[in-house]
Amino acid sequence: MQQDFYIKDWVKIKSGKVFNSKNEIFSSSEKDLNTFLKSMYDFLELKYPKFHKMDNLSKLGILGTEILFRGKEISADTALIFSNNASSLDIDKKFHESISGFASPALFVYTLPNIVLGEISIKFKLQSENAFFVSESFDAELLKNYSESLLTSGKAPEVLCGWLDLENEEYDVFLCLVSQEINIPFSEENLKKIYFAENEKPTGRT
Amino acid sequence: MKKLYLLEDAIISPMGFSTQENIKAIQEERSGLSLQHKPKITNAAFYAAIIDESQLNSAFASIGEIKGYTKLEKMMLLAVQQILAKNPGLDLTTTTLIITTTKGNINLLKDPGIFPESRIKLSELAKTIGQFFGFTQDAIIISNACISGGLGLAVAKRLGNTEEIKNAIVLGGDLVSDFVVSGFNSFQALSSKPCKPFSKDRDGISLGEAAAAMLVSTEKPKTSENIALIGDATVNDANHISGPSRTGEGLYQSIQKALKEASISASDIDFLSAHGTATIYNDEMESQAFHRSALQDTPLHSLKAYYGHSLGASALIESIVTKHAMLKNELYGSKNFGELGVSWPLNVVKEYRKKEIKYALKTASGFGGCNLALVFKKE
Repeated sequence: MQQDFYIKDWVKIKSGKVFNSKNEIFSSSEKDLNTFLKSMYDFLELKYPKFHKMDNLSKLGILGTEILFRGKEISADTALIFSNNASSLDIDKKFHESISGFASPALFVYTLPNIVLGEISIKFKLQSENAFFVSESFDAELLKNYSESLLTSGKAPEVLCGWLDLENEEYDVFLCLVSQEINIPFSEENLKKIYFAENEKPTGRT
Repeated sequence: MKKLYLLEDAIISPMGFSTQENIKAIQEERSGLSLQHKPKITNAAFYAAIIDESQLNSAFASIGEIKGYTKLEKMMLLAVQQILAKNPGLDLTTTTLIITTTKGNINLLKDPGIFPESRIKLSELAKTIGQFFGFTQDAIIISNACISGGLGLAVAKRLGNTEEIKNAIVLGGDLVSDFVVSGFNSFQALSSKPCKPFSKDRDGISLGEAAAAMLVSTEKPKTSENIALIGDATVNDANHISGPSRTGEGLYQSIQKALKEASISASDIDFLSAHGTATIYNDEMESQAFHRSALQDTPLHSLKAYYGHSLGASALIESIVTKHAMLKNELYGSKNFGELGVSWPLNVVKEYRKKEIKYALKTASGFGGCNLALVFKKE
């Protein structure tokens, strides 16, 4: 049985700008990543003290997911399928630097890319399928195929999938929520179109 | 849902450079763990399973230039080489390479040697392996903590279901780097003795390095007896990023979902290959999840006292050993098991014995709250 899936909503965080499928949500000229993340946290009025203990990759994931999930009813079975290029290299380097003095367990715990999936699961109370893929560049084909395999086999009713990359303070986030609710068709082409589009207000639904 | 058949496999570990040597060592209860001293990281000696570099180089010299590859790459290349040598007809243009690792070439952070900075990227590791053999598709790379190796099999099955994959080689590997030793030491998670999964006097993990590869296919092979993956699930605990759930919720749910997909019940499972890291909390959590799943009487073992915890390779290696245990109808002893030291009763296999195994369950759990269950069937 052929089923169709749709992108219910998406979020992009890049170069100080944050968009979803409808609007520019937030923008800042702040160059320092920590300050930028804190200002987004304040803007969203998150009130989640655990946030401040997280590494920057997890912070980006929590902020992106918060924007996507806010105001929506989210199933606890919503699968998390994330990908990036740099794995957890940002925090790996920080932990590596700590080794020569006092190796920090608080840093070590974040030295796996899938930790952000755990943080999102805790914050949004998801007990669901998780996978973290690493690829050289954004792999729309893999995200689409793997998401569809979970959706069609009933392993997940909805999927949060996308790209969450951080290296040398450069961040690139594109997450989308996929369901059966009719909206933007969930295709490789549309994933690429949205991911590669400039960070301007999109002119319309594709 | 299509099944995934487990075909040729290879294990490169301190216990041997082939599956056969590894199985023989387990049958004879020989461990790969040995005493290690790393005074720059910790004054306390600890046990780890480490591959001897000169042995690795002499094995690798017959297939490639030893200076051109990192230790992990050589281990992984040797594993794939064995699969290809036994399957000369395999079409690499249609075979998907699925690589599973937690930290890849992380040791290059400390000492890059002759390698470019980019070599630390997992995508570079994948490219190096793909190009060595001439795989034409980009590899799929999974880095999902300590369930990675088993998740690689699940990903192959899932993508196989939608015709994206017919044949795949799932390749897992991780090193005992100063990075992970420092990290687990900072957690005070390293045992000063060879680890003792599920035992009363367990006090932490032993680390291990290894690589393993398995050829899998959605097409049933012509051989008379085959092992197939027929159910698979991962469920996050949503509880804590570094500590296991007190109730074993995510592991329990993973087991339930995998059994449901396999259309069998817990009582059908003849053997359970547990994660069993030998930390106080992990083994306790597993015992609760197994108890809740009505698996308390199912014979189970942990292989961590043989291999140490080989992180992103462990669940793949343990699936390979499970496959051979099923084909040989053998239960392997859970090495270093003494007196049961978890709150819920378990049937830990003390020593080698024969047993008919039709269905087996493999489980794994990892940082980030991830859990995995795989159901295998002999047919």
